Amino acid sequence: MRRAPERRGPMRRGLLTRGAPDRESTGLRTGRAARAGQYLALLAYLVFLAFPFVWLISTAFKPARELGSLHPTWIPENPTLDNFRQAFDEQPLLQAAGNSLVAAVSAALIAVVIATPMAYVMARHRGRLATAATGWVVVSQAFPFVLVIIPLFLILKNLHLINTLWGLILVYVVWSLPFALWMLAGYVRAVPTELEEAAAVDGAGRVRTLVSVVAPLLAPGIVATALFAFITAWNEFFFALVLLKTPEKQTLPVVLTHFLGAEGVADLGPLAAAAFLATLPSLVLFAFIQRRITGGMTAGAVKH
Amino acid sequence: MTSVTATKRSGPDDPHGGRSGRDGHGGQGGRPRKGWRPGPPGPPRGKAFGDRAAWFLVLPALIPILILSVGPLLYGIALAFTDAQSGRTRSTQWIGTLNFQDLLHDTLFWDSFRIGLVWAVGVTVPQFLLALGLALLLNQNLRLRWLARALAIVPWAMPEVVVGIMWRLVYNPDAGILNETIRDLGLGDGRDWLTGLATALPAVILVGIWAGMPQTTVALLAGLQNTPRELHEAAALDGAGAWRRFRTVTWPAIKPIALAISALNLIWNFNSFALVYVLTSGGPGGRTRLPMLFAYEEAFRYGQFGYAAAMGCVMVAVISVLLALYLVGRLRGGEDR
Repeated sequence: MRRAPERRGPMRRGLLTRGAPDRESTGLRTGRAARAGQYLALLAYLVFLAFPFVWLISTAFKPARELGSLHPTWIPENPTLDNFRQAFDEQPLLQAAGNSLVAAVSAALIAVVIATPMAYVMARHRGRLATAATGWVVVSQAFPFVLVIIPLFLILKNLHLINTLWGLILVYVVWSLPFALWMLAGYVRAVPTELEEAAAVDGAGRVRTLVSVVAPLLAPGIVATALFAFITAWNEFFFALVLLKTPEKQTLPVVLTHFLGAEGVADLGPLAAAAFLATLPSLVLFAFIQRRITGGMTAGAVKH
Repeated sequence: MTSVTATKRSGPDDPHGGRSGRDGHGGQGGRPRKGWRPGPPGPPRGKAFGDRAAWFLVLPALIPILILSVGPLLYGIALAFTDAQSGRTRSTQWIGTLNFQDLLHDTLFWDSFRIGLVWAVGVTVPQFLLALGLALLLNQNLRLRWLARALAIVPWAMPEVVVGIMWRLVYNPDAGILNETIRDLGLGDGRDWLTGLATALPAVILVGIWAGMPQTTVALLAGLQNTPRELHEAAALDGAGAWRRFRTVTWPAIKPIALAISALNLIWNFNSFALVYVLTSGGPGGRTRLPMLFAYEEAFRYGQFGYAAAMGCVMVAVISVLLALYLVGRLRGGEDR
């Protein structure tokens, strides 16, 4: 792994630069103090980033009596699963999770199936088509949802796809395309062109080459991209809120907001329990693909 | 918008005016053909890519993009000039710029717009500084760095709705950990953060900062790992302190990424919806009513499609101008140095 420059810097300096001994020694001392400071700062960051999630878990396992207490504790004194039971009683969580699952799986599969060929063109084609596609990917990052949602609502209404999972899936597919294209194009660029040239010599056309030579090599990247599209769709709220009206059709994030009630006076225990459960799939999948996503994102962003 | 050009490729600068003679897999000998833009420097990309094959491969994604992304955008702009409403039997009329004239005098909208700007800047700037600090730390050879890296991206994986719910539990006046900590430290009784007129906006801004930390940190970390280490060592040899090394070596290397991610963050934050919807629904008294929430209510609660679309247009226009000014200013600032 990368070594911190500070470690070697001062020592080398001691050998090579004479005539600045006082600066030298202080440099070494602050190095050690700085290290301690760095650990302290890192600890502060971790506390800041982790404490809300710890609190969510703690609340989810607390019995009602502890939740009502004026002096809440970090660790539940009598942990219970009552909140989970109550959450399933109060709202149709299983049905909502089923809807979310169908929407997210379909959107992820369709997205990678149609994005892979386009990403291949973006990475390998040298024409205006590829430039335009890349341009759309960049511009769509800045797309104003507010301007798009009303027409989308009207278009889907005309297609009789409002209040259906299929309408939502279509929106999710298009909505996850920019990121999928960006990732996949980065993976394609990493495939050596010699293989494709060899396939071309053997008489394979572009489509054939993509299907039987490039796609198998991309498989890990395609899986990572599909999982990311799944997470995005699983977590999405705004489109689902606007496009799905009846409770039987709604996805998990929308149903979660029903726990909040009209005045926002929520039953904290079941709310926390349901929120915790809804997060688990995303967290688990994200742990799997974390390295690939961060790598793929930057492969496209950083020029060598 | 850009992909519209993809549908009319036979522009004036295309000598062939069509696809004839440009399809297929010709390109023998790797000779660049007319109508092909020379590629950026780098290794040659094998033989030329047939246009017909390219179209065939792009089409499955292009059609949904045109229907559900480019189309709606243009449709949305058109709607802003109509009196479209939901559930009305009378047909929609063109009304010119009437919506925009109304909007000009709509003080509620401009209040909301101001709140949106405060929110977007108030989230983006601290978020960038905090993420930069975290990225610099994670780039060091510290123990437990793997754990820190894993924890640092947890907020990224969470549904925004859950983030909102989680922070409501933290901010809860009675059962929340924030007020409990304040009471433990003897700093008073705490307060009702999300419903207090003065505290609601700062409270949601803090959540916004928390939620967007991972993306920013990961992007900056990638930039840092691309900084040439030799430069760092050379600077250290010359006796440059940590700050000087940051100013002269690190910052120039990560500046493009820093600009890109902060510009994107500004847009994303300005378009933010779910977090604040869950945290406060825009209350108390509209103190946290971001423009997205305002437009959502206008469109889907009151059914004023045309008017809401006009709001969208204004939001996009103002944000574009601000971003252009920011980017031009930053890039110029870089040239002077």
